[in-house]
Amino acid sequence: MTTTNTPKPARVRKSGRRSPLASVALIAIGLLFTGGAYALFSTSTASAQTDASSQQTIGEGQKLFASNCATCHGLGAAGTGSGPSLIGVGAASVDFQVGTGRMPMQMDGPQAEKKAVSFTEEQIAALAAYVASLAPGPAVPDARYLDAQGDSAKGAELFRINCAMCHNVAGAGGALTQGKFAPALDGVSAQHIYEAMITGPQSMPVFNDMNISPESKRDIITYLKYLENNPSPGGYALGSLGPVSEGLFLWIFGLGAIVGLTVWITAKSN
Amino acid sequence: MSITKTTTGVVETTKSNGGFTGAAANYIDERTSISTAVKELGRKIFPDHWSFLLGEVALYSFVIILLSGTFLTFFFSASMAPVHYEGSYVPLKGVEMSAAMSSSLNISFDIRGGLLMRQVHHWAALLFVASIGLHMLRIYFTGAFRKPRELNWVIGFILFILAMAEGFTGYSLPDDLLSGNGLRIIDGMVKGIPLVGTWISFLLFGGEFPGEAIVGRLYSLHILLLPAIIIALIAMHLLFVVVHKHTQYPGAGRTNQNVVGYPVLPVYAAKAGGFFFIVFGVVMLMASLFTINPIWNYGPYDPSPVSAGTQPDWYIGFADGALRLIPPGLEFVWLDRTWSFNILIPLVSLGLFILVVLIYPFIEAWVTGDKREHHILDRPRNAPTRTAIGAAGVTFYAALWSTASSDIIATHFHVTMEGVIHACQFATIVGPFIAFFVAKRVCLALQKKDREIVLHGYESGRIVRLPGGEYIEVHQPVDEYERWKLVSYSDYKPLMIRPNDQGRITAGQRVRGGLSRWFFEDRIVPVTTTELEQSHGDHH
Repeated sequence: MTTTNTPKPARVRKSGRRSPLASVALIAIGLLFTGGAYALFSTSTASAQTDASSQQTIGEGQKLFASNCATCHGLGAAGTGSGPSLIGVGAASVDFQVGTGRMPMQMDGPQAEKKAVSFTEEQIAALAAYVASLAPGPAVPDARYLDAQGDSAKGAELFRINCAMCHNVAGAGGALTQGKFAPALDGVSAQHIYEAMITGPQSMPVFNDMNISPESKRDIITYLKYLENNPSPGGYALGSLGPVSEGLFLWIFGLGAIVGLTVWITAKSN
Repeated sequence: MSITKTTTGVVETTKSNGGFTGAAANYIDERTSISTAVKELGRKIFPDHWSFLLGEVALYSFVIILLSGTFLTFFFSASMAPVHYEGSYVPLKGVEMSAAMSSSLNISFDIRGGLLMRQVHHWAALLFVASIGLHMLRIYFTGAFRKPRELNWVIGFILFILAMAEGFTGYSLPDDLLSGNGLRIIDGMVKGIPLVGTWISFLLFGGEFPGEAIVGRLYSLHILLLPAIIIALIAMHLLFVVVHKHTQYPGAGRTNQNVVGYPVLPVYAAKAGGFFFIVFGVVMLMASLFTINPIWNYGPYDPSPVSAGTQPDWYIGFADGALRLIPPGLEFVWLDRTWSFNILIPLVSLGLFILVVLIYPFIEAWVTGDKREHHILDRPRNAPTRTAIGAAGVTFYAALWSTASSDIIATHFHVTMEGVIHACQFATIVGPFIAFFVAKRVCLALQKKDREIVLHGYESGRIVRLPGGEYIEVHQPVDEYERWKLVSYSDYKPLMIRPNDQGRITAGQRVRGGLSRWFFEDRIVPVTTTELEQSHGDHH
């Protein structure tokens, strides 16, 4: 979650004079330490798990819901003309939609897009608890499916068969109809990947446990994390978009370089 | 070393101190008489211009392809027999795939230098077709295809088609998901041909798609038949270049009878040799830094999955684009057969497009009625209609080509897929007309400007007041070298329609006359000597 950056010690000058950068470095170190400490502190408080089912959490979630979501989803979460009913969508759905910043939606469009998250983890958990209390639905997945330690070969195969037609074989994303699109999967957390599969946000179909078992979902996550953590063996991947980016690269940079060199070769002789 | 011819005709050599090189050269020459060829070729003059090196780039990338391809054949197994992958790429371990895919993965991960060679081969292939394309555009827009080079244009264009065929067969060999999807599209296109389509498809694949034969068959074509034809045609192509002599751009002292430039030995041989290594270097650099065709991402071919962003390599893109542009609902059943016009229309229109490009030199020669030899290139502006036709063709091709990436355009520019397709449909159909009109007007305007410069010189910005009170602006006359370039182009007039031997005017004659008028009716005539003389002293 948090990386404590230990800054490299500033190189000591032989002459013993204070470098003009010394004070800047000192301030930077100070800021890093205080910032890092603050980040550590705040995450440790957040990870102090709130009891999801407690009445207090649900009450808090209801208040948050009423002030942030009810305009579109209705006060009882039963939906209005501008937003669907949330009864029965489960905690997983809320965690995905709010946790990736898709909700609250910034504006109407072909689909809600990922953006900066508007709530803290506690608030998201409270919202999820409130929505989950309305009716049973998919819960936030168990941590044992999210460890990315499964079978990546099986995950890759499942991914190619079930996911690649929209998300591209390398998870680089793809186009759908009417301006909708399947987003790139690079950098999406294991939990959000799992939740997307069980809740089917926006244009995505639901892959329930009968369809793809939780273990298989774990394999898919394992494959995606493998792609994310291992650089392309062939060098820079050009966005993993396939022949289009390769062709574009060849014409602009490859042939561009060659034409530049032909001009250079013939110019020298004159 | 000197050679003296005795009266008996026996060649007698007296050795001077040539050292080992001299002795070796002499040894070879006495047995092969190669010195005649070396003298002839070594004194061959080539003009110098960067655009004359584009064909060379194609040749060099072909050499690179041959070298890297030979390496790949050592390790590739062209078989579709199912095996389980046991190489070192973890996310495919134990997965069932064809031997072709498995050996391609082994080349990529378990054979030293294999991945580099695969990427060199693929990048060089993309460069090969691209440099042919650029070379062809240079030939077209400078009119280098005119007599006596029409046949060489045809050979070159066939080479372009063969290069695409090489590319496509190679793209299909690893038997990964992407190549299988590409083959499926070809299979669909073949099956869309009425009556014979299904038969051809079954013949090609040895049964129902994908079968177990196609990789082996494509492999034979890819490494045997196609390269042999390409090498033979390249040899002919180069032979013609030597026979015809190289064309040159217009300039002072350059005529249809001479070639101004440098001899092959020592200048060009050194330059061309060095340039090969430069091209090799660029390809190596691309291959070592940038991934191309990551088959390990695509996984083995399986007819059920299709990845988003499945496209052919760039040179087949125009055909893929044509398929994407066709509106839905063009299929109907007639005579108990399904007529897939969604496939037939692209097939036929692309076929026609290719045919027109192939025979364009003959079309233009017929329309202009020009039977002279041309060794001086046209500046594109001096052939406005040809340039405009070229611009229209390029626009048509580019519109189809960009349609092939419609989904990538949609996601990366945040527009709708449907919007992209409609825009591309517009660009494909209306774009060429706009391009024709704009290019022609630009050419004519540039020609008018040239005329203006020749007759009145450049504006110098110097205002002079004459004793009488009159103000004039002094114009700087253009120097003679520059003027040569601006005035020395051939002028064509629309052909007169003439009756034939029987005194009749045939329909063909009318078409020819009409086309000729369309080509040349609004031409700008080059400045004549008389005009030039009259304009003297008129530089203001």
